[in-house]
Amino acid sequence: MTERAQILAALASVRDPELDAPVTDLGFVSSCVVSAAGDVQVRLRLPTYFCAPNFAFLMVADAYDAVSQVAGVRHAEVILDDHFAADAINAGVAARSGFVQAFGELAAGELDELRTDFVRKAVLAGTDRVCRPLLAAGRSTEELAGLTLGDLPPSPDLDRLRSRRAELGLPADDDSALLVDAVTGEAIGAQALPLHLRRARLTRVNLEANGSICGGMLQHRYGTDVHGAITNSELEGVR
Amino acid sequence: MYEKDGNKYFIVDSHMHYWDASPQNWVPGAEQYAKGWIECFHAYQSLGPPETHWTLEHFYKASEEDLMKDVFEDGYVDKAIFQPTYLTEWYASGFNTAEQNGALAAKHPDKFIVNGRWDPRDGDAGIKQLEEDVARYGHKGVKMYTAEWREGSRGWTLKDPEAYRFLEKSQELGIKNIHVHKGPTIWPLDKDAFDVSDVDHAATDFPELNFIVEHVGLPRIEDFCFMATQEPNVYAGLSVVIGGLMYARPKFFAKVMGELLFWVGEDKMTFGSDYSIWEPKWQIEGFVDWDYPSDEFSDYPRVTVDTKKKILGLNAAKLYGIEVPEEFQIADASAPAAQDDAVLVDDGVRV
Repeated sequence: MTERAQILAALASVRDPELDAPVTDLGFVSSCVVSAAGDVQVRLRLPTYFCAPNFAFLMVADAYDAVSQVAGVRHAEVILDDHFAADAINAGVAARSGFVQAFGELAAGELDELRTDFVRKAVLAGTDRVCRPLLAAGRSTEELAGLTLGDLPPSPDLDRLRSRRAELGLPADDDSALLVDAVTGEAIGAQALPLHLRRARLTRVNLEANGSICGGMLQHRYGTDVHGAITNSELEGVR
Repeated sequence: MYEKDGNKYFIVDSHMHYWDASPQNWVPGAEQYAKGWIECFHAYQSLGPPETHWTLEHFYKASEEDLMKDVFEDGYVDKAIFQPTYLTEWYASGFNTAEQNGALAAKHPDKFIVNGRWDPRDGDAGIKQLEEDVARYGHKGVKMYTAEWREGSRGWTLKDPEAYRFLEKSQELGIKNIHVHKGPTIWPLDKDAFDVSDVDHAATDFPELNFIVEHVGLPRIEDFCFMATQEPNVYAGLSVVIGGLMYARPKFFAKVMGELLFWVGEDKMTFGSDYSIWEPKWQIEGFVDWDYPSDEFSDYPRVTVDTKKKILGLNAAKLYGIEVPEEFQIADASAPAAQDDAVLVDDGVRV
């Protein structure tokens, strides 16, 4: 029998592409019900009625895929609540029809390029997360230019950076340069480094500030805790 | 004006509203959008200090008395700039129009500047309307809401040829300041709808206009900063930044301010309370008291009394040709209140 914990674990692989954080951490999963026969229903909620429908679509579709792939799931249903485009998104995902079909002439293309742009932002932000402690520990920017990923001590931030780079097809093994262009994958030269690090920091500040506002809005809307996350016990309550 | 520790601040609230979102103004059939919109705004208010929160009912529509008290009597504001948001697909008489704003401004001379709007989808009729509006209200600025829904269209961009026609007309009519809302928008759905590249194009092609990006492109501050740093006539409108982050997320507020000061600079940042999402009083008091909370921020540009004087009023005063008494000016006359190449309103503001 499929356990609810397995479903939640699968949902933890689904990210808000804009915030680069799991929907489970963000408090976007409002309920998750698993029947004995393997029928799963997941409900998602977002910080506002007008959250960008393209990102909303990606999250609902990704959640559907993640849940469907869990062993023993007979039927998966993912429902977005309280959103202006919920009907179009829910119907589109349920019919597995893709974004363009769901939105007709309002969408001229699928969302792959959009997603790629935001994974690049995640790479930049992740670069700041692993570089900031090195700089704080006294490493110079010139030294950073000579480092490879394998030179860094293991950390969750490093794992995450590697995984985002791999997702984009950028070099992510131990021998790859720590600092690479998020589009071409080429190593950043010493001269371009200060600006690259500035951009990385700015991208991270934006991502985290944005996430903090989303958390506040979700809290106002649904009474979640200050970070917008709901715990498993609260999830049980919602259920 | 606001005075603290012997320093006097001239306050220009460069982004505020006088809206009517009450249920009787909701367009039949579009109630869910009208309701969703104002509830979304109300959620933003929750990011301010609890004692400043309003009930949703109050929030639907501030009265004239509320506004005059909150903004001028309690709120220290010397000059307030009305930015209109029509949203007539959802609100029968408009959400916040130049007509509503102009009527209030006429009752309180010298308090307000009434900004206008245009929409390239209006074509020739819109050009004619703009001419009439400028004659009537003396607009020196307009607020663009590129995401506004209309008759099946869900928005437009400043790059559209029709938009260029309106930018040319604006310039011809003496409008200097183009405020662009870069916040929630829903078209085109398959692209990044918060993209600020249309501002980049227009700012390059219209160097004699100033482009004030309201809400600094949130949630794409990085894209806005990369763009603004290359365009001398692009400004950062701080509405939402102070209101949404300073109280609720002080650490992120410090980082965002540090980044904006680095990339955009203190001469190109303007305060806007976003009333009645938030009242100006706590924002001004808090910002005057504000500094980076720790050494962690030591490589961001420093914040001085002059920085705050510029952001809270002097920069916007310069963009709009608002006369500022000597006592509020910054001591060092060599320090410009706005970037040298800023394009200034050259005659007085008529209302």
